[in-house]
Amino acid sequence: MDAIILQILNGLDKGSAYALIALGLTLIFGTLGVVNFAHGALFMIGAFCAVTLSRLLSLSHEVAIPGQTDFLGNPATRDVPYVFDIFGETVGASIIDWAVPLSILFAIPIMILVGVVMERGLIKHFYKRPHADQILVTFGLAIVLQEIIKYYYGANPIPTPAPAAFTGSFDFGAVIGFDPNTIIYPYWRLVYFAFAAVIIGAVFAFLQFTTFGMVVRAGMADRETVGLLGINIDKRFTIMFGLAAAVAGLAGVMYTPINSPNYHMGMDFLVLSFVVVVVGGMGSLPGAVLAGFLLGILESFASMREVIDIIPGINQVIIYLVAIVILLTRPRGLMGRKGVMED
Amino acid sequence: MGLLEVKDVNKRFGGLQALGNVNLSVAENTCHAIIGPNGAGKSTLLNCLVGKLIPDTGSVMFDGQSVLGRTPFEINQMGISRVFQTPEIFGDLTVMENMLIPCFAKRDGSFALHGIRSVLSEGELRDQAEQMLDDVNMLDKRNMHSASMSRGDKRRLEMAMCLVQNPKLLLLDEPTAGMARADTNNTIDLLKEIKEKRDITIAIIEHDMHVVFSLAERITVLAQGTPLVEDTPENIKGHPKVKEAYLGEAA
Amino acid sequence: MFGLDKKDASLLLIVAALVAFAPFLLNPFPEGSAMAQFNAGYPDLMQRFVIFGIFAIGFNILFGLTGYLSFGHAAFLGVGSYAAVWMFKLLSMNVLPAIILAVITSGIFALVIGYVSLRRSGIYFSILTLAFAQMSFALAYSVLTPITGGETGLQLALDDPRIFGSATTAEGNIPVPGLFGLEMRDSSELVLGNWVFTFNVGYYFAAIVMLLSFYLAIRIFRSPFGMMLRAVKSNQQRLNYTGLNPRPYTLAAFVISGMYAGLAGGLMASMDPLAGAERMFWTASGEVVLMTILGGVGTLIGPVLGAGMIKYMENIISKINSDILHGWFAFLPDGLEDLVVTMIYPFIGKGWHLTLGIVFMLVVIFLPGGLVEGGQRVAKLFGRKKTDEPKSAKTEPAE
Repeated sequence: MDAIILQILNGLDKGSAYALIALGLTLIFGTLGVVNFAHGALFMIGAFCAVTLSRLLSLSHEVAIPGQTDFLGNPATRDVPYVFDIFGETVGASIIDWAVPLSILFAIPIMILVGVVMERGLIKHFYKRPHADQILVTFGLAIVLQEIIKYYYGANPIPTPAPAAFTGSFDFGAVIGFDPNTIIYPYWRLVYFAFAAVIIGAVFAFLQFTTFGMVVRAGMADRETVGLLGINIDKRFTIMFGLAAAVAGLAGVMYTPINSPNYHMGMDFLVLSFVVVVVGGMGSLPGAVLAGFLLGILESFASMREVIDIIPGINQVIIYLVAIVILLTRPRGLMGRKGVMED
Repeated sequence: MGLLEVKDVNKRFGGLQALGNVNLSVAENTCHAIIGPNGAGKSTLLNCLVGKLIPDTGSVMFDGQSVLGRTPFEINQMGISRVFQTPEIFGDLTVMENMLIPCFAKRDGSFALHGIRSVLSEGELRDQAEQMLDDVNMLDKRNMHSASMSRGDKRRLEMAMCLVQNPKLLLLDEPTAGMARADTNNTIDLLKEIKEKRDITIAIIEHDMHVVFSLAERITVLAQGTPLVEDTPENIKGHPKVKEAYLGEAA
Repeated sequence: MFGLDKKDASLLLIVAALVAFAPFLLNPFPEGSAMAQFNAGYPDLMQRFVIFGIFAIGFNILFGLTGYLSFGHAAFLGVGSYAAVWMFKLLSMNVLPAIILAVITSGIFALVIGYVSLRRSGIYFSILTLAFAQMSFALAYSVLTPITGGETGLQLALDDPRIFGSATTAEGNIPVPGLFGLEMRDSSELVLGNWVFTFNVGYYFAAIVMLLSFYLAIRIFRSPFGMMLRAVKSNQQRLNYTGLNPRPYTLAAFVISGMYAGLAGGLMASMDPLAGAERMFWTASGEVVLMTILGGVGTLIGPVLGAGMIKYMENIISKINSDILHGWFAFLPDGLEDLVVTMIYPFIGKGWHLTLGIVFMLVVIFLPGGLVEGGQRVAKLFGRKKTDEPKSAKTEPAE
């Protein structure tokens, strides 16, 4: 029992990332009818927002240490981050420590901007082109974005730690009444899951309870009719694109302490997120979330030693296998609606 | 017994009874029209005949064989060709290629892997296709890109594609919908000519009474998914039930 | 000629001539000159031109004719490579059995994947093929290590059985692939003044295979089967109601294009007997899509052109470094020189993929018909009224 709970917990963080990326993918697909192969790159850019902010916060200048000299007899210096000058040493130190969560504020405007520019500048021109063209141009864009990041940040993963308060693990088993030390779970993963849950909840609430969201949902159901009502649906869809970009970006920001970001992380997640979207049902938001968590947890179970001993390598292929089986038996996915991408 | 026998066909979509106990018999070598107000179930019935929909109950027999559960291409191979409401042709292909494809389907069945011989070497089929194009006065357009033609020409091409297969039954789904009067009359003439020249059975779904009374030998009136009357055009014209179905109780 | 009409026959002859004289055509600059780095007439690169040409020709049969965009074709290339290397290990170093097995294996593989993937169309098909290819990559990379060599790849060894050949050469080395005594790596050089031209056995072997594949592709394009495939792309509904079953047609196209990919993979292994999982990675699948689009989807010559362009650019651009750039722009004032070099630098050397991505986007945005369409536009610009379009794949050949 405790082993099962542990695997479910282990699947939650990856599942959260899948769910957040897939949510944006399916939102874009449902509203704009575009298959966005560059969506993984948005996740990656989000992660590098965190890298950038933590580097910016650590920018420092040299200050002489009074009364000390180095071995050459010159006055000894030490690096003092600029934030120390502004906020003082204690506050400054904790600001640097909290760089990753702070990046959320930093990433939101950047991601929305990136998303809006992408939609207005490129994707807008592909609404009426065939799906193959959309796939190809966004695939090209994904390569370009990832190569730009590689050029500026290098090819190696960049460790970006969580705040000290959340590093380390805790005994989750003891909390829920199991024997001590059976379920050890890192704090940050729990934070990530909670964060994902909040974001997902916020997106759903936004779509459910605001007029804006209502129009977007109506547009997802029947774009033409909504257009006929005289509502400027295109402008709203642009904003939706920005929103989807922000969701993917935030997923990336908070993921950095779990996996050090590298330039190809977007592509790695993208393929799986597509699978998630297809399993959940193209254009279905709850389906994307459900499938994201299900597949994340499934992958975690397949990675158990006991399972790998029986079927070696199953953890590498389980998601694809499930996707193939689901696509063939339930072509619309778990929660797909009739009429969306019917062939 | 007719070429096409529809017996006790029922079809429900959720709470809507689209077809209720439809019985229909289309005799060989006749032109049989199915008319009825909007939502009477004409299109549903048609889709049940060609394999797009499967009725909940009942049977559809064509030439002594059941069509139920067969795919559209199997049903076509049995001898039913269908003309769509908006012309469905191969827009990326030339007119001649459009004509050759049904010729191949007729000769080789639903799949044949002729990957090496050139299309140009299929003299016999090309003659067939050209003959048919000539019949519909389109021979001069044979090398045209078919998507660039007028709607009327597309309709004629589609009809030629169906006829070149020598179908036993030709199904027409509102063949003159959206056409100008002159085009409609041309289509009527074309269909009349076809009927004179060949032994063919035609089932036609149509709104336009002018078309129906020019062509049909039998008419079935459908209302709310059920056949109301079946009779000759002369008798249908003044039939009180038909008036009622079209004009409502008040009339 | 060869059962082709005049236009197709002359196209085939032109391609044959280009391929035969490639060692001259690709080496226009004398050895040691500043421009020599733009030469492409060495065996390794020329082999890649024709092998990727085969890959793209095959991909075009599927994507160009039926419109089904597969994002997993590199898997078949990888399978072909593995099969060929296994033939070298077990049977002999003769390339013929290796290539034949490569084609058969990838054909079977394509049949299975195609049968499943083609039950869906549109983007679902693309995603299914992508999933299959990634799964194959994962399997080859780790799970099936005994068969694929895992991370290191599959290589020949001295203790391979090679039942119909010798396990080792007289000198105790691993033998090299050959065709009845002709070794693939053998080359002869022709020195004319400052020019050096290399004629490589492997290149000419691969070139002949490529010409045969190209010829077969022309026949397929002009056949009733090819016409049906274009009909699949144009209107599946009409095809269905015309009594034709689209699925076996698309499946046949899928298998044929998978076999072309396997052929390319087998040839690749014949030139250099090793195979690695990275050949199956989805970016490799993306590359063949790019080649086909860059050249011109659905045209005969497009994929060959596209493959040549991409491989040439890859080779040349990734060799340029900042020293070479400084050399080029040395005529500029210092500050400006540095600025220009800094601006170009991200796109060269290791930045090749960035250039590739940009080219990809530009082609899809501005030139969806690829180089062939570009050529037509240029031809039109110069007012040369073309009566018969080179884009003959889309129109019926003149009668």
